[in-house]
Amino acid sequence: MRATAYQRKLDIKNGRVDLSHGAGGRAMAQLISGLFHEAFGNEWLARGNDQAAFDVDAGRMVMTTDSYVVSPLFFPGGNIGSLAVHGTINDVAMGGARPLYLSASFIIEEGFRFSDLKTIADSMGEAARAADVYIITGDTKVVERGKADGVFISTTGVGVLADGLDLSAEKTRAGDRVLVSGSLGDHGAAIMSRRQNLAFDTEIASDSASLHDLVSLMVAAGGSSIRVMRDPTRGGLAALLNEIAHQSGLGFRLQQEAIPVKPAVAAACELFGLDPLHVANEGKLVAIVAPDMADAVLAAMRAHPLGRDAADIGEAVTDNHQFVQLSTSFGGGRIVDWLWGEQLPRIC
Amino acid sequence: MKYADEFRDKTIAQGLARAIGAEAESQREYRFMEFCGGHTHAISRYGLEDILPANVCMIHGPGCPVCVLPASRIDMAIRLAERPEVTLCVYGDLMRVPGSQGKSLLSAKAYGADIRMVYSTLDAIRIAEQAPNREVVFFAIGFETTTPPTAVMIRLAEKKWLKNVSVFCNHVLTPAAMHNILEGPDIHNGGRIEIDGFVGPAHVSTIIGTKPYEVLAEQFDKPIVIGGFEPLDMMQAILMLVRQVNEGRYEVENQYSRAVTREGNRRAQEEVSDIFELRDQFEWRGLGLVPHSGLKLKQAYAQFDAEMRFAMHEVRVADNSACECGAILRGAKRPVDCKLFGTVCTPEIPIGSCMVSSEGACAAHWTYGRFRDHQLRRA
Repeated sequence: MRATAYQRKLDIKNGRVDLSHGAGGRAMAQLISGLFHEAFGNEWLARGNDQAAFDVDAGRMVMTTDSYVVSPLFFPGGNIGSLAVHGTINDVAMGGARPLYLSASFIIEEGFRFSDLKTIADSMGEAARAADVYIITGDTKVVERGKADGVFISTTGVGVLADGLDLSAEKTRAGDRVLVSGSLGDHGAAIMSRRQNLAFDTEIASDSASLHDLVSLMVAAGGSSIRVMRDPTRGGLAALLNEIAHQSGLGFRLQQEAIPVKPAVAAACELFGLDPLHVANEGKLVAIVAPDMADAVLAAMRAHPLGRDAADIGEAVTDNHQFVQLSTSFGGGRIVDWLWGEQLPRIC
Repeated sequence: MKYADEFRDKTIAQGLARAIGAEAESQREYRFMEFCGGHTHAISRYGLEDILPANVCMIHGPGCPVCVLPASRIDMAIRLAERPEVTLCVYGDLMRVPGSQGKSLLSAKAYGADIRMVYSTLDAIRIAEQAPNREVVFFAIGFETTTPPTAVMIRLAEKKWLKNVSVFCNHVLTPAAMHNILEGPDIHNGGRIEIDGFVGPAHVSTIIGTKPYEVLAEQFDKPIVIGGFEPLDMMQAILMLVRQVNEGRYEVENQYSRAVTREGNRRAQEEVSDIFELRDQFEWRGLGLVPHSGLKLKQAYAQFDAEMRFAMHEVRVADNSACECGAILRGAKRPVDCKLFGTVCTPEIPIGSCMVSSEGACAAHWTYGRFRDHQLRRA
């Protein structure tokens, strides 16, 4: 955008967002061009329209949307910006689709530092570029101090599906294998470690990452033998498998010893009385795969850096009660139930 | 995980299970109550019931402080939190516990009450220092283990001259509850209590020691083995109980010797007795009024006593008449014997005390063990 009259440059280092930055005037235009365009830079944004027009190949598309309210905004392994890109890309990818475009909406609290906003926007740009995805349209609102906690971000994603692929929970059959792409609970434990009232020193970092690459390898290896894929975010593996159990009318039997959990995450959960199976992940996926192709899909997962620690943790079973059951490493059995109540608010 | 995995070893567990199986006489049933919610949680979470022989049966006791807190005390806390000048600090697991009208601290917070989740009594002190114009009240609950931190908080408030700190005291005592269970009339069993022995409190005993249980073992002819919260602790404690029963002994034994002594933590005991004194009686959800089972602040510390400071009125609320928590807490009934279990009473909408926290007998069975009911039915 070329300014016609003199305008003071955005003071990214010391400046703060004020109400004029959401008012639709020149201050807002400056914030968008000086900060967001800079970070996201692409041909669609450069045209400066209220919408972005784009071409897609013929076929089926997927669309998803998500809001991010994580606290704290910055955490080991990422920030709200990278999370808002990874999370939405992953929701597109879990359908087996290739993510293409994102929108991004910001609700910013008056007084928020430009420098923090720039860090967040830059992380979004970086995460999008790394995934070969473009943030092509967006919105900015500013609310009075105290009406939001720093910044909230909403992203919507669209992607295209390969021909003939239609993943869905009800396709699960008894005997199908349950594969996870790596260790569980890293994101939740990293957030916990930085909460004001929980703070503890640890090397645990969030696993926040875009999984579409891993997914494309899996789809190439397994195709339609992959019944369904989901990412175990809020509520963790437990919520995910209970959901699929309800949708498919089946139960699951898991082997605790096969479920990967990092020692530091296990220790943090022990300390706070949490079950790692309930703790959120932002860079892991669970795939339910037909038994004859499970090993091939698992091998494809392990060939990708984000699936290096992938594991086969159990199977779908006939069960009218749709229980998710776990054989404990102690030699007993138990149910892995939904989490009731709120374990940790604002985890993503 | 060092210092934890050692106590969860499968091979040792199988060895202990074989020993219990070999020593438990096949023609009789052994019914042991594990007192604490921590024990109940370990049994459920590690699936101990699958490892124990069928004639060794565990009854889940009342040792979950959240569960036994009566609805009336939640009502009182909500009323207190609704006062505009009050900031109420509570442990997170209390937030969802329903009061008498189905309202919880979580819903009171949504309606505008200033309620903060804290992880330590020191958080409450920090909040009070940061907001000198607020009346900061700590909702103190728990057994003997959590009383010393409350005492420390009061000492600290005194030292810092904090005028805006008080405590809503709900601390309760374990030996009094064990006494009540052993003595309590149980109409369902012709006055008999079907408990052959206790796995006694772990963390509580680090504070009070094993001595306070001696009089109970003697008076009621029941063996008591103080056992830790790790699954191997539990297995070992159960083996020790089986041996006592077989040999006709009724002693207090200490399995948890790595943390518990006979005398307990003298320093903590002194702190507590300096600041707190016995109430004549205190209500336990599921057990009713239990004599000398609760603590309150001494007169000298009245300024820190929220009940005095805010002239809080005692309220009494009757438990749901169909609820079997009382019988379940005494070991006379099992969760599945209750009509409400899993129908109108679930962890999402708990009616009775045993469903309130994950350490309660019903919630633990619902969350971790209900698949066994269906296995039994199939068999």
